[in-house]
Parts: sequence; C-alpha cells; structure tokens
Amino acid sequence: MLRWVLAYADDALILGHRLSEWCSRAPSMEEDMALANLGLDLLGQARFLYSHAATLENAAQPERQRTEDDYAYRRDAPQFRNALLVEQPNGDFAVTMVRHLLYASFADLYWRASVTVNDPAIAAFAARSEKETAYHVRHATDWVIRLGDGTDESHRRAQEALEMLLPFADELFESAPDQAPLIAADAVVDPAGLRETYRRRIEQVCAQATLRLTWPSWHQTGGRHGRHGEHLGHLLAELQFLPRAYPGASW
Amino acid sequence: MVAPVAPQDAAWAIASALPDPEIPALTIAELGILRGVEMINGVMTVTITPTYSGCPATEMIKADIETALRDAGFSAIAVRLTHSPAWTTDTLSAATLEKLRAEGIAPPRRGQPPHCPQCGSAQVEQIAHFGSTPCKSLWRCMACREPFDHFKCH
Repeated sequence: MLRWVLAYADDALILGHRLSEWCSRAPSMEEDMALANLGLDLLGQARFLYSHAATLENAAQPERQRTEDDYAYRRDAPQFRNALLVEQPNGDFAVTMVRHLLYASFADLYWRASVTVNDPAIAAFAARSEKETAYHVRHATDWVIRLGDGTDESHRRAQEALEMLLPFADELFESAPDQAPLIAADAVVDPAGLRETYRRRIEQVCAQATLRLTWPSWHQTGGRHGRHGEHLGHLLAELQFLPRAYPGASW
Repeated sequence: MVAPVAPQDAAWAIASALPDPEIPALTIAELGILRGVEMINGVMTVTITPTYSGCPATEMIKADIETALRDAGFSAIAVRLTHSPAWTTDTLSAATLEKLRAEGIAPPRRGQPPHCPQCGSAQVEQIAHFGSTPCKSLWRCMACREPFDHFKCH
C-alpha cells in the first residue's frame, strides 16, 4: 500500500516541481499564474499523500518516525516511483500543455474512481482532488485545442509534443502484482480499468484540436519500479538542494 | 446573572472572527474553513479544512489561530487539518455571497457564469482560468468594461 501511495504522491510532486520551473517564464502573465496555481495544487496533493504514507509507515515501524519531508527530500532517484511522463522536461509551451493533458486526464479519472475506496483518508483526499484535477483537465484541454487548431506553427509544435509524449501515457495504467490484493480488497483502484475511458477522452480533445493521434503499440515503462531517465536526477538536484546542504534547516 | 462562557465557546468566538488572509472581508468561519473547536484532553483543538490542496494561506490561517488563542490566554492549543467533507463553495451563505460581491468579487453561481459585481450585467467574459488566488478566476464585464475577480465554484 505504502508503495502505491508514494507512487501517486511522487507523480504530483515531480509534475508540481516541473510546473514551478515556468514561474516568471510563462508566455503571459495570466499563464504564469495559472501554471503556478496548477503546480500548487499538485504540491498540496503530494503533501497530503506523503503525510498519509508517513502515517502508514510509522504505524508499521514506529521507530522510523517518518515525515512528509523524508519522502520528498531524502530519497534518491531510484526510490522515486513516479511515472516517466511527469519527469519529462517542460520543452516548449505545447509540450507542457500536452503533458498536463495526458497526466491530468488520468488523475481526474483515478481520483474520481477513488472516492469509494475503503481507506477513509484516501477517499476523502480523492473527493477533494478530483475537483481540482477536473479544473486542470479543462485548462489543459483549452490550450491543446487552441494550439492544435491555431496557427501552422502552433499546430506543428502541438503535433510534435503529442507524438513525443504519447508513448509515456500507458505507464499511468500500470499496476504491479503486489497491488492485486489491494485492488481486490477495494483499498485502491485498478488504473487499468480506466484506460479505455481515458483514451476516448484524449481522442475527443485531439479531434477538436485537429491533431493526428495514433496510439503507439508499445510504451515507455520503468518509473513505477524506480528506473528513471536522466532528467529526474537533475530535477531532484534542484528540488532537494537546500535540505541536503543544510540538514534540519527550517523557516 | 451572566452564565460563564465555556472555554470552547470563547475559543470559537475568537477563531471564527479571524479574517481570511486572502479575502480579509470574510472570516474563516464564513468561508467554511473553520470546522470545529473542542477541548480534547485539556488541549484546545481547532479543526480547519483547506480550500484548495495547495492554498498557501492554510499555513497562515493555522498560525493566525494559534497566535489569537495564545493572546487570549490559551496555552495548550492544537490546529489540525481535516479533508472530509471536502471544502465546497456550496455551503457559503447568502450573506457571505453578498459580502463577496460588495468586495468586488463575483460570487460563485453553480453551473452558471458570474454577473459583474460592479454593475450586475450578465455580459461577461473570462480572461483567465486563474486569478490572484487559487480560488478565483479573472473576468471582464462587457457592459461597464471593468475587470473583476470571480470566486470559482468548487
């Protein structure tokens, strides 16, 4: 259970950090605010899930005394379980928005389905998060349509972003054998059951955005097992610098 | 004779009067952030719920409550967060919605676009999905040409 709470917490933290990299660099003032707000939502979601993970781990091993900061700041790349999609660099604005559409469409379905799981803390968290992720989907959808159905240049870039990122989408629907008993016990949602709905949603957006979409016959994998690309290490170097350089520092 | 005020009632009176850091015209009770005040094992325990997961004001609200209660003579204080039931704009009272409007912030209308808080016109358009805080979006009125914040439905 702990591993899967951490996987979804890591998705939110890493993508939240990626979005924060746009701060003061977005194409417009409004979009700067939007990206910062989307990032803040994800950071808040990550904090809740890390705190929940700490509760689970401390209940099993009270001598550990884990806190949310231990997970965010004191683990190395192979211990992170985020999907590879969220660690992909921001690229241009089209890459950021296509990446966000691919992630948020999953998160929205996943948290919506999770409001009925039998862990009351996760169910309450899901009820809160699905309202936020629905807004994320709306924002990313509007932009992907605007870019895809925009100028020749924006269409070309949105198309390139889609082709580059689509192979990362299917990893979001992975689960591991050790998750099967949790799924059977209604403790977590089986992400695989959401894939068809997800695909229909992405197809609808792409059709409106006049983007060509062909689901690849293979997908990138490894993130949920701690095998990451080179990007995550660089991201963590920045994210974790302060607590690593000044252990125990506080505001 | 005046009945003595129970400690948790006194603490509620203090906490519920605290203004929201982002929208000081409203109190944290009016916004539905303050969920409960109770004495648990000698500790005055205040329960709040964040509006949005990432709302940066949550930490400040927590600190404001601790400071206000300490100034009022309470020494054992705890502020805890609850996520259930999730915060929603559906519980805001009519009086609170009117306070928002008077403050120049168009109140939420479930399933419908806002009206201009200045002139009341329905001829409005959205400028941006996000405004000055996570709970607001940015609009403009086509009738009086004023831009305005809209408290999003949540």
